[in-house]
Amino acid sequence: MKLRNIFFASTAIVALASAASAVELEFYFPVAVGGAAADTIQALTEQYMAENADVAIEAVYTGSYADTTTKAITAVRGGNAPQLIISLSTDMFTFIDEDMIVAWDDFVTAEEQDNWIGGFYPAFMANSQTDGKTWGIPFQRSTPVLYWNKDAFAAAGLNPEVGPATWADMVDMAKALTIKDDAGNVSQWGVHIPSSGFPSWLWTGIVAGNGGLLADDTGTTVSFNSDAAVGALEALVALTQEDGVMAPGILDWGGTPKAFFDGQAAMIWTTTGNLTNVRTNAPFDFGVGFLPGLVQNGAPTGGGNFYLIKGSSDEELQAAADFVKWVTAPEQAAKWTIATGYVAPRPDVWETETMVAYTTDFPQALVARDQLDYAVAELSTFEGPKVTQLLNSALEAAITGQTEPKAALDAAQAEAEAILAAYK
Amino acid sequence: MMRREWIYAWLLVLPAFVFLITFTHLPAVEALVNSVWTTAKGRRPSMFVGLGNYQKMLQDPIFIKAMINSGLYAALTVPTSIALALAMALLVHRPFKGVAAMRMAYFTPTVLPLVAVANIWLFFYAPGFGLIDQIRQFFGFASANYAGQPDTALYSVAVVTIWKEAGFFMIFFLAALQTVPETLREAAAIEGCSKWTFFRRVTLPLIMPTTLFVSVNAVINAFRLVDHVFVMTKGGPDNASMLLLYYIFETGFRYWDTAYAAALTVVLILILSLAGLGQFYAADKRVHYK
Amino acid sequence: MIGETLFDRILIRAAGTILALLWIAPLAYAVWAAFHPAAYEARFDLLAPLTLENFYSAWSQAPFSRYFLNTALLVGMILAAQLVLCTLAAFAFARLDFPGKSFLFGLILVQLLVMPDILLVENYKTMRALGLVDTIIAIGLPYFASGFAIFLLRQTFMTVPKELDDAARVEGCSLIGVLWRVYVPLGKPAMLAFGLVSVSHHWNNFLWPLIITNSVETRPLTVGLSIFATTDSGTTWSVINAATLMTSAPLLLGFLLFQRQFVQSFMRAGIK
Repeated sequence: MKLRNIFFASTAIVALASAASAVELEFYFPVAVGGAAADTIQALTEQYMAENADVAIEAVYTGSYADTTTKAITAVRGGNAPQLIISLSTDMFTFIDEDMIVAWDDFVTAEEQDNWIGGFYPAFMANSQTDGKTWGIPFQRSTPVLYWNKDAFAAAGLNPEVGPATWADMVDMAKALTIKDDAGNVSQWGVHIPSSGFPSWLWTGIVAGNGGLLADDTGTTVSFNSDAAVGALEALVALTQEDGVMAPGILDWGGTPKAFFDGQAAMIWTTTGNLTNVRTNAPFDFGVGFLPGLVQNGAPTGGGNFYLIKGSSDEELQAAADFVKWVTAPEQAAKWTIATGYVAPRPDVWETETMVAYTTDFPQALVARDQLDYAVAELSTFEGPKVTQLLNSALEAAITGQTEPKAALDAAQAEAEAILAAYK
Repeated sequence: MMRREWIYAWLLVLPAFVFLITFTHLPAVEALVNSVWTTAKGRRPSMFVGLGNYQKMLQDPIFIKAMINSGLYAALTVPTSIALALAMALLVHRPFKGVAAMRMAYFTPTVLPLVAVANIWLFFYAPGFGLIDQIRQFFGFASANYAGQPDTALYSVAVVTIWKEAGFFMIFFLAALQTVPETLREAAAIEGCSKWTFFRRVTLPLIMPTTLFVSVNAVINAFRLVDHVFVMTKGGPDNASMLLLYYIFETGFRYWDTAYAAALTVVLILILSLAGLGQFYAADKRVHYK
Repeated sequence: MIGETLFDRILIRAAGTILALLWIAPLAYAVWAAFHPAAYEARFDLLAPLTLENFYSAWSQAPFSRYFLNTALLVGMILAAQLVLCTLAAFAFARLDFPGKSFLFGLILVQLLVMPDILLVENYKTMRALGLVDTIIAIGLPYFASGFAIFLLRQTFMTVPKELDDAARVEGCSLIGVLWRVYVPLGKPAMLAFGLVSVSHHWNNFLWPLIITNSVETRPLTVGLSIFATTDSGTTWSVINAATLMTSAPLLLGFLLFQRQFVQSFMRAGIK
């Protein structure tokens, strides 16, 4: 008992002594791909602290993205802001509106501006820059891809090694893959595009594949009812209502891999964050391909960026920025990508030995990287959660057959314009 | 002497009232005050808007949807869970072999966290491999997507609420049924009075106070229990299962529009007060409540 | 039994049994999924292999031991505060006369209708002003004074015979002495019943803790579980079910063991 007290007292003194000289940082991070990723962040943080004795970083796992945004905003409003957070890249305008983030430009040298900030994939920077400034540094970024069940392809007489290249291909294959009994009950659907919670994300990819964009980089203009957008929604709705290759109703995001593993769906659309999960749990061979587009390739990006939070001294913010430079450097980013399945955000990461070894063994991981050439920004505007939510509701209304696609999108466009008028 | 008793009494109630007022009455008043301002953002200060937030509500289709849904949700869950609770209590209030197991079965939902069991229900409702669908397919019915279709989503959520609540309310009815004197029952038997008549003429009036208590609670819970909505539908599809409290949460903690959330809270407080007072008033004539 | 035939009885028992099976189904499924490999989540095969893997995996993926500690602290703290504060207040309302009594009692009835659970935004602001955001005490504070407990204990205390009260006073007991020696012992069943309701309610409470906590050190089980169950990479029901069983096990076991006492305390508490 006494020994323990002495032990605690001495550790406390050591902690105090080191705290006096060190910059102390607080860092909020979410994990959206299961608990193991949290350990990787902790390990990276500890490695950094071991290499840099003058910095102490407390990495706080704050749950989901939504939780992390909530915590960060409330911490800022309450005056106890962390220096650094990872949150959704789409929250950029919300954070600017809250006046709670600072641009990275002040914490990088001219050389780093070119080589470090300039070294990320442009597709990821699309959600990270506005007004000529860089507000977010891509880190846990993802993009959706199509997974197909090779056994099911073979059983349906399709070439199991080739996935659909275009939307029309996908519909044709899906028709061959949909298995109905005599009563018309389906035991295997051709394709499964989840629509619960945030259907706008995957739909952004269909729109991009139809040559459209939902928003520009000002955060104040949206085009939900462009011809490309309406066509994309009509194509999505048609999968169920005309082609009969996708289950009706809102399809649960969380249950999507399960539907794939259980043979309920022969092709699924989901994030590359699921690669490891599918690789471990699919009881069959699977292929991974680009999202098939209506007229061209197209996909959204998603996931989280690093943000610097206002309210700390420049010294602390500089220390936080230095940590981010280190953690996004090739060796560290490679570790992170391999542990989680997130897409490495810079070309130089893919050239590291670790990544080359990884992708040789698991070439499916390269699909996400190659798709980045066609990727567009995820929908991000001022009042982002509200605007996205009203678009989601419109999509849900169309997917469930309550409203015609055009009418639903027209209404969403009008509502979004009314909200964004205040920011023009 | 009189005076001293007063002081004692005030001292005795003081600690409880400090908490009660700080976390119930003051916030309720605060909600009212906040509801006539706009939300301050980092770049824009708060402005007085009078009834502006309430006018906005009348034109807010999601609010109107949430009101209709909450009403329907209450209308679905309150009578059903009370009727089931009473039925359960009648089924298990006298001993027989296996009564303990049966009671336990009815009561377990009460001790399971709603947010956790929502995941289980989500599996039950899942199209294709979900339990209900497996049973449907076994009997040759087509697959159904209960939580994912606008016309069934609210019912799917309501079923979980009823399942959760009935067993809890059963306990109150069990306690009440014990107060029905056995002698009355024997007397009724001798008079040749039917079981149904006895229930209607003797049991039901005797347990009326419990029914009132339970129904007030059921109404409050109908507006308070939204944990499973977070997991099952998030208010969707297309706001088909949007409930008032969930909308308050979204507005306040997802959209960061705290002023509008305050106005919504005021509406919820009004509804609960009216519902509660209405029930007390309606029941007052039939119940002698001490 | 009034006019009950054997047939009636069988019918009633059958109905009761079917209802019971329906009601236990979610728990039964949770047990099934938790103890079998993920491949059997949706396949009910009696010969499926049993496993504890899901429990290991759930336990290792999230700091459940810390969540358990947080929840236990939370529930214990709330119950202790409620019993003390509400007993004192209920006693005053049951046995003393004082100016403002009916007005104050009215305020208590208000809380039966307008519970702190719905005053999310405003209570959050209060906690921020007090500097208590992300603390266990902040989860509990709004529930310390329970209108329900005061109401319930007042009902119980009012049934205590006046003679007992008077006798204790004649013997020279102070007011608090009377409360402690006479009312508290007689109010025990009611307190027990309330305690059980309070514990199960706060063990399972979700929305307010979700809002007010943001770290492992403060998060209760429900919030921890919901974070654990929402990932981008899809739901592994078997592991979530294992986690669900773990988190509800203490209450389930407690209820199984004390089932009889539980129901009886309710009956004796005179909640009617």
